[in-house]
Amino acid sequence: MSNASDFRTCPDTGLKVHKPAEALIKANAVVAVVFLLVGGLMGLLVALTRMPAIHLLPADLFYLALTAHGADILVVWIIFFEIAILYFVSAVLLQCRLATPKLAWVAFFLMLIGAALANYAVLIGEATVMFTSYVPLKAHPFFYLGLILFAVGALIGCFIFLATLVIAKDEKTYEGSLNLVTFGGLIACIIAIFTIATGAVILIPTWLWSMDIIGDIDAELYRLIWWGFGHSSQQINVSAQIAVWYAIGALVFGAKPLSEKVSRTAFLLYLFALQLGSAHHLLSDPATSFAWRAVNTSYAMYLAVLGSMIHALTVPGAIEAAQRRKGLTNGLFEWLRKAPWSNPVFSGMFLSLVLFGFLGGTTGVTMSVQQINMIIHNTIFVPGHFHGTVAVGTTLAFMALTYWLLPVLWRRELFMPKAAQWSTWLFGIGMGGLAIFHMAAGHLGVARRHWDMTFADAAMQFGYSDTVHLFMAIAGVFALIGSVGALFYILVAVGTILMGKKRPDTAPATTSEESVEAATTYGSAVPEHGKGWECPGSMVLVLVFMVFLVVYYFANWKYLSTVWGVS
Amino acid sequence: MSKTSLSSPDRNWWRAPIGLDEIVWISIAFIWGIFMTFMMVYWYYAGDQNQVGESYRITPDAFAAKMETMIEKYQVGEEFDTPVVAVPEGGDIYFGAQQFSFPVIPKLKVGKTYRFHLSSLDVNHGFSIQPINVNLQLVPGYDYILKLTPNSTGDFHVVCNEFCGIGHHEMLGKIIVTD
Amino acid sequence: MPEDTNEPISTMQRILDNPFILLFIGIVVPTLLYTIWGIVEIISVPMAP
Repeated sequence: MSNASDFRTCPDTGLKVHKPAEALIKANAVVAVVFLLVGGLMGLLVALTRMPAIHLLPADLFYLALTAHGADILVVWIIFFEIAILYFVSAVLLQCRLATPKLAWVAFFLMLIGAALANYAVLIGEATVMFTSYVPLKAHPFFYLGLILFAVGALIGCFIFLATLVIAKDEKTYEGSLNLVTFGGLIACIIAIFTIATGAVILIPTWLWSMDIIGDIDAELYRLIWWGFGHSSQQINVSAQIAVWYAIGALVFGAKPLSEKVSRTAFLLYLFALQLGSAHHLLSDPATSFAWRAVNTSYAMYLAVLGSMIHALTVPGAIEAAQRRKGLTNGLFEWLRKAPWSNPVFSGMFLSLVLFGFLGGTTGVTMSVQQINMIIHNTIFVPGHFHGTVAVGTTLAFMALTYWLLPVLWRRELFMPKAAQWSTWLFGIGMGGLAIFHMAAGHLGVARRHWDMTFADAAMQFGYSDTVHLFMAIAGVFALIGSVGALFYILVAVGTILMGKKRPDTAPATTSEESVEAATTYGSAVPEHGKGWECPGSMVLVLVFMVFLVVYYFANWKYLSTVWGVS
Repeated sequence: MSKTSLSSPDRNWWRAPIGLDEIVWISIAFIWGIFMTFMMVYWYYAGDQNQVGESYRITPDAFAAKMETMIEKYQVGEEFDTPVVAVPEGGDIYFGAQQFSFPVIPKLKVGKTYRFHLSSLDVNHGFSIQPINVNLQLVPGYDYILKLTPNSTGDFHVVCNEFCGIGHHEMLGKIIVTD
Repeated sequence: MPEDTNEPISTMQRILDNPFILLFIGIVVPTLLYTIWGIVEIISVPMAP
């Protein structure tokens, strides 16, 4: 049990905040941003090397930087931030004490030491195996050990989250069901547990093999199990970013779910089917049957895709409904035009939603079709696609949330607020443009993880067309723009924490009155259903999205039908 | 008093009715999902491009031996220090990549079908036929058998698009298709 | 509000309100359908003739 002095009352939201939880949230978030800086720098070096005109790094350093970029962004930055989110949506939103804070600090240091160890192995040149470390490529044992320690720490964090939910329920710090945002966090946590456990199952034997303690590991078995970790980790991100979108809708607009049933069922579909998508990586591989591929790559008949499509409507729909309740009912989009676009919390969130859907979602669904996969497997289309998910989706959403957390948790005004405003657009457009042009280049055959698209060192000659070179150059320019956006974010975050003007407790609250009420009360006011369209503007958005998806999907079948027969 | 996504829902939230917007959209999305499932299964049985194939386990040494036998029997020339191999229609082409080269240049006839045996003698490699952009994984320890039927003539190139070490970007192969 | 009556809480709501049932689903289903099924298929690949 804790005593009252362990808590403070947040002047902005009125929430009772457990001080040990707060310290952990801050620590995890800060370290997350540090690794975003490291990983982001690596990404910039990679981008400058893949721009044919610049070709910055020599081959060995390029492959090294690419390995570091993958590990530090896909795993370290994102999971550290997700642990902060998990502690926030449990202890803070439910206004209870965090379970075992001391153990949470052990988890934090395990993650930090693990990340440092893995990075060390990569930076000394002993683990240039790409983040995927496919056997029989062999890295220094510290690479695997580092990731294992990180995973153990993150797993402990997940169980602390679950224990905190139990505490909140036992100590009755909230009534009825969990709120939707915490529920989304719970789904992310469960996916994380599957992800990390699977990672341990493959990385521990691989670590032992790297020290010659056990014999060779089957290459395809490795790919199967590793991707159970690698792709599933991105599904943690999907759930977490959607929870963040709902949270920002609530914080900025007082938005509430159109239907708790619908949104929660969408999350439930994720539990049944989202992790199955790891099969996408094995579609152009030997060994597995069509049945296994069809069931898994389709996310069980696209049930998980249905979940995502539901959120695609209900996230903006909730915001639209809230805006319409305030009187912004003119036409289809007044609610959106008059949204606070100059608030980076909103702009980041909405850009993240739209870009993730149009760039990441459509391409992912299409490319995960067994047969269509063959025309993009291992091309630079794949990194293009996933910058359309983890960069403009997850990372941008997390950036948006940071801009809300900084003034509230650290009690400081944002440092360089104009840079914050610009950052979401620069990062969103930058990474979005990178995604588009890499996908275009990939459709035209450019390889991923490849130092030289001119094949200057090869025995024979082969070149891509000028158009392809142009696309790669444009992609590089967008990478630079995105890097500036990320840099601004990091400057604002670090600057605010170190130098931001302190906000006294009497400062005007950052959140709307509705949000403050809503966060602490148990109310009613369910919208009247069956009285026409609640969110017509959002309906138009998702229908446009659907048209785009259908056209793109069929265009790919058409192209596939023209290539050599393969059977 | 108003509620948001941050507040606990009403007591019996499951029983609350669903709005029209959501019902329409969920129906559209669900039907599309069923259609996509059907398309993938349909193409498996009726389409011309399916890379599931047949798979066997094989050691790199055993695979290398089969490549040697093929080269002895069917070599017709050499380009860039690589044997050009013309296997008859319906025949088996053993194609095992290694760090950092592709072993043979297959010479094929357009419209004919060949059994490609895809593998690697060491680490994962990529088999990316350009410019048509057909991409397959070369996995050590596996014989991944796919029947390929070229539908156009010319010189095609093979790029390695799975990271395989420091010489990854030096790997470049060729497939010749004639009338 | 219709949903505030004293009707019993539906079974689906009970399931969705129970983090440990959800944990079970989220771990067991993908472990069986993706991991175990996949492992069985891969280890059953026959030796080349």
